[in-house]
Amino acid sequence: MIFQTPILALLLISALSSVVMLWAGWFALRLLLRWDLASGSRAQLEMERATDLVSTLFGFVMLAQLLSLLLYVFNADRMATLFVGAMCAVGTLNNNDWGFPTLYAKLAIFFVATMWLILDRADRTGHDYPLTRVKFALVLLIVPLVLAAGASELTYFLNLQADVITSCCSTEFTADTEDAGLGSDMSSLAPATALWLLAASGAAVALIGAVSLIWKRGTMLFAAAGAVFFVVALTAIISVISPYVYEHPTHHCPFCILKPEYNYFGYVLYVPLFLGTAFALGAGLLQPFRKVESLAATLPARIRKQVALSLASFVVFGLVVLWTIWQSQLILFG
Amino acid sequence: MKHWLRRQRYLADFTLAALARRRVKNTGLIVIYSIIVFVLASAMMFSAALRHEAGTVLAKSPELIVQQLVMGRHEMIPGSEIEKLAGIRGVAAVKGRLWGYFYDSVNGANYTFMVPDDDSYDLQPGEAILGEGIGKARDFTWDTAPLFVTSLAGKMVKFTVRETFADDSALLTADLVLISEADFRSFFDLPPDVYTDIGVSIRNEREIGTIVQKAQLVMPNARFVTRSDIERTYQRLFDWREGLMTALAAAGVLAFAIFAAEKASGLSAEEAREIGILKAIGWDTGDVIAMKLWEGGLISFGAFLAGTVFAYIHVFSFQAGLFEPILKGWAVIYPDFALAPYIDGLQLATLFAITVIPYTAATLVPIWRAATADPDQVMR
Repeated sequence: MIFQTPILALLLISALSSVVMLWAGWFALRLLLRWDLASGSRAQLEMERATDLVSTLFGFVMLAQLLSLLLYVFNADRMATLFVGAMCAVGTLNNNDWGFPTLYAKLAIFFVATMWLILDRADRTGHDYPLTRVKFALVLLIVPLVLAAGASELTYFLNLQADVITSCCSTEFTADTEDAGLGSDMSSLAPATALWLLAASGAAVALIGAVSLIWKRGTMLFAAAGAVFFVVALTAIISVISPYVYEHPTHHCPFCILKPEYNYFGYVLYVPLFLGTAFALGAGLLQPFRKVESLAATLPARIRKQVALSLASFVVFGLVVLWTIWQSQLILFG
Repeated sequence: MKHWLRRQRYLADFTLAALARRRVKNTGLIVIYSIIVFVLASAMMFSAALRHEAGTVLAKSPELIVQQLVMGRHEMIPGSEIEKLAGIRGVAAVKGRLWGYFYDSVNGANYTFMVPDDDSYDLQPGEAILGEGIGKARDFTWDTAPLFVTSLAGKMVKFTVRETFADDSALLTADLVLISEADFRSFFDLPPDVYTDIGVSIRNEREIGTIVQKAQLVMPNARFVTRSDIERTYQRLFDWREGLMTALAAAGVLAFAIFAAEKASGLSAEEAREIGILKAIGWDTGDVIAMKLWEGGLISFGAFLAGTVFAYIHVFSFQAGLFEPILKGWAVIYPDFALAPYIDGLQLATLFAITVIPYTAATLVPIWRAATADPDQVMR
């Protein structure tokens, strides 16, 4: 099964990212041991120069991984016709034990790499690279994640079996299946509860965000609220928003909305949600460093910008949700 | 935000002017890059169009085909089985189908003889409707010249040709001879009430599995082929051929990546001087890297666009003349068909991933090396 162009492309991205990350990890180790800004030694100067390379490579890896995330889901959707019982990406990903872990790892890489780039940009505004050590300690955490994602992806593709009868999204995301997994828990949440939860957490995020923007406090809380909102929003998508998109009360699949049949509507829904969450987490990540001397002048403004961007993305997400419900022919309430 | 956008605009502006100054060197790079994109894009578009074509063609075939097996080989199926199948709940229609192959020793081609499912053809004994490939293979002097064939029993049979299928259905009809049931049975010397296989239409697609299970109990000797089985097989076949082409092209991509890395690291004296001057007038490493990334981005964009557009023209206007033998297969009567243009986002994203990403990866380190060099060192 490995001889499929999208799979070859995904493996290529994983291989390149792994090579880059292995090198970055090795560099991070050296840097953590020997970084000394006061020193004018040749090794230190070379290291300072190499940090530019690491930043550039990291940006590259993140963009490649973002592409790989989209490609992975897209490809899983298209390959569904190759497996008995599969009708969308869920069936393909369920073909063996490695499909969903790979997806989660890719999502995690997206968030962590975005965080790293936010940290990197902040670090560059200080004249003495105040966050370098933090940044490269974080690299050491990201390396195993990228390697694990690559290994999991390879295992998944090598073990794809055409004759395994896999499950369709209609069984995976159904309220009362026997083998209740996370998916069925999320879809069994009553639509009204899910919408109330979404509205409540949305209001909380907006409130905390406003406080953080005006009185410059509670940013950490905002990041936490953003993370909670992300989980609630995903639950709401499965429980109530997807049925509105499909105009079908029992079809809960969060992957089918990405299909061309629904005008790729899922991307309009997911992109602002992911961006909003990433910016919220980024704001929380920068918060502890606002007292650092060389950053004190620029960082608070940067944090406020992140909060504002995050709020704007969440507002777009909210509007998309409202529009979905408004224009849908499905009536769930009343 | 405004500041950032303005900075990017100036950088792009500067880079375009810089690219134009080294026209010869960059044109060479873009041409080679475009050829790589072109080869991969042609292979991908061609097999995607074939996959799409296969799907469209199969959409009209019955959901389930039942074949009789004897000692594991395909055998004629008795008509009595039709009723057994029709009795299963959920089956909409059951029809015995008559078709077979005929080797024409005159020109070494194989024809498909078939009795049309559709009664609207209303073929009389002695009449035939031909695919356009047969007239060509037999060198017909006019379109509806009668077809003479020698049956297996050694009898010469004449069919008057009522009409010829139009070119646009060539994929299905190139080697097809439609004749009446009576002619078919006498030509192949078949007893009455046997069929080649049975086509079963099923109303609800989700019931196919259950219906097959039930039918297996009634007809333990039969083989059941569902439409989705056939579709899967075609998908897999075309995917595999496409993947093979891509894997072969990987060597080309690798060679190109090495070429690009070489080109990016071997700065000409003029370029080195330019970077030196830029740094001397206050650009920092980040600016130079951004400028060089813009350069790579513009080159990639140009090459990707050119390669994809040329591949599109190659595949859909010229029937992929360059790769036809590898991707299509061959036969004495080969349908001459035009592909319906079909592209999706996955294809473009994949193409982007296997061409632009290796190029970018190969040039990042040379870019950084050029950008971090000391101004006095490069200018000296």
